[in-house]
Amino acid sequence: MLRLLQIEFIKLWNNRASKVLIISYFVLLTSIALIAAIKFDIGPVQFHLADQGIFNFPYIWHFNTFVTALFKLFLAIVIVSMMSNEYSNKTIKQNLIDGLSKKEFILSKVLTVISFALISTIFVFVVSMILGLVYSDYNEVSIIFSDMEFLPAFFFKLVGFFSFCLFLGILVKRSAFALGFLILWTILEQVVFGLLGWKVMSWEAAKAIKRFFPLQSMSNLIKEPFTRLSAVQNIGQQIGEDMKFDYHVYWYEFLIVIIWTAIFIYLSYALLKKRDL
Amino acid sequence: METILTVNHLTKKFGYLTAVKDLSFTIEKGNVYGILGPNGSGKSTTLGIILNVVNRTSGDFSWFEGNTSTHDALKKVGAIIERPNFYPYMNAIQNLKLVCKIKDVPEAKIQEKLELVGLWDRRNSKFKTYSLGMKQRMAIASALLNDPEILILDEPTNGLDPQGIHQIREIIKKIASQGTTILLASHLLDEVEKVCSHVIILRKGENLYSGPVDSMLASHGFFELRAKNMDQLQELLEKNASFGKVEIFNGTLTAYLKEEMDAESLNKMLFEKGIVLSHLVKRKESLEEQFLTLTKNN
Repeated sequence: MLRLLQIEFIKLWNNRASKVLIISYFVLLTSIALIAAIKFDIGPVQFHLADQGIFNFPYIWHFNTFVTALFKLFLAIVIVSMMSNEYSNKTIKQNLIDGLSKKEFILSKVLTVISFALISTIFVFVVSMILGLVYSDYNEVSIIFSDMEFLPAFFFKLVGFFSFCLFLGILVKRSAFALGFLILWTILEQVVFGLLGWKVMSWEAAKAIKRFFPLQSMSNLIKEPFTRLSAVQNIGQQIGEDMKFDYHVYWYEFLIVIIWTAIFIYLSYALLKKRDL
Repeated sequence: METILTVNHLTKKFGYLTAVKDLSFTIEKGNVYGILGPNGSGKSTTLGIILNVVNRTSGDFSWFEGNTSTHDALKKVGAIIERPNFYPYMNAIQNLKLVCKIKDVPEAKIQEKLELVGLWDRRNSKFKTYSLGMKQRMAIASALLNDPEILILDEPTNGLDPQGIHQIREIIKKIASQGTTILLASHLLDEVEKVCSHVIILRKGENLYSGPVDSMLASHGFFELRAKNMDQLQELLEKNASFGKVEIFNGTLTAYLKEEMDAESLNKMLFEKGIVLSHLVKRKESLEEQFLTLTKNN
């Protein structure tokens, strides 16, 4: 296993574009701390974002995992190109001839994806913990370690998304087209949802089906955290809108994402196995 | 003798096209094999199948008497097929380190192999800056990293200039002289003739011949003769039952043997009949002539 990771590390780390993107990604993850510095001081209006409660435990787990997940696109580019470059450079053929089995080849990519997701999760955990300890209004241990399910949700969301990227890289074989396909797919999920709700069935039924779409299921794992902020809740109450959303992460949401991950990895393997190179 | 590769009734179809048809052969340790065939005769497809990158339609093959899985066996094989494929953004050392990791061998041999192919001076240049000849030599260095039991080369001199072709041939000869088994696919017959002891001849995916180069045709060779009185010589040989076709071209008489006869006895016989030869050569058909005869007859 270590050998497979080392192989992938050599390939990635010697590629300047990948190296820059990976470093930028982790710098961005850390830079979420900079939100704390957002401060408006215009005469009587004083606004300090860090004082608005976004860094309060346990809310910070939800907020930080949601925001940092937006940066996953950087790694998506790295992952799509690490897969499709093997095709365009024909190095996949050389790898197999040199004695890597097709299973090992896919496994080395999957292990890399899991490592990326794991390191990201640890990063988010450490950064959030530090920010929380500095800015949070509540510092009891029981509160700090509540709502921790957002961390595994973050991990599985990334693994699922990156597996999808891997599969697209193998399917399309060209990184630019694969990324285009990814965007197309995002739109497609919304279009299908719209068509279902508009023509075929009720909107409730369409929403129930939409939860099973791959990208939608991944985004369902961590729902948007903004309406949970007390400031936003206050405004909602003032304009008479009842903003009661369900923010929790449910086991079946994990299950849907894990099933999609397994499908994407299996399809990647099946595709590689079936193809003549 | 130790068998390195056995191929049994291998068939590969691409849609309607049958690229390889019921192909069987074995590769024994220590020999140098050539796979011959015109373009599109299934050479590269056959190599692709045994190297695990092309899926077979039917039939099977086994490496090292079937004791290991294909991908483990490939760690003991060095192979270069078609163009050299490496990571363009990495230099020679980085690329070869990666190959070492894949083949699970120590990195100690990198310098030795790069020196063998004359690339040690350029070890820190990126692969994409190499010329085609350098890329091809780099591929050979990479294939030799694990001191393979068998080296497989597919058209190793394709697209190279004469100097590059010469360098690659020298390297191949050097490796062959060290006792490494070699499987060389080529459509360049003189190339195969120069290095191979055994040949496998393919046409449209079918095996026409496999065996030693010498016994490829049931031919006894031919004589090239010159004498003062050519007409008398021709008449005499045409009457002799040992000879088949006799023809004169450009002042030289060529007589094809129907049965074995050495040059000494022919000379003696003709001298006794009063014909003194000024030129006597006994030859076998070149691989090219044999190849053309073989592919024509079928």
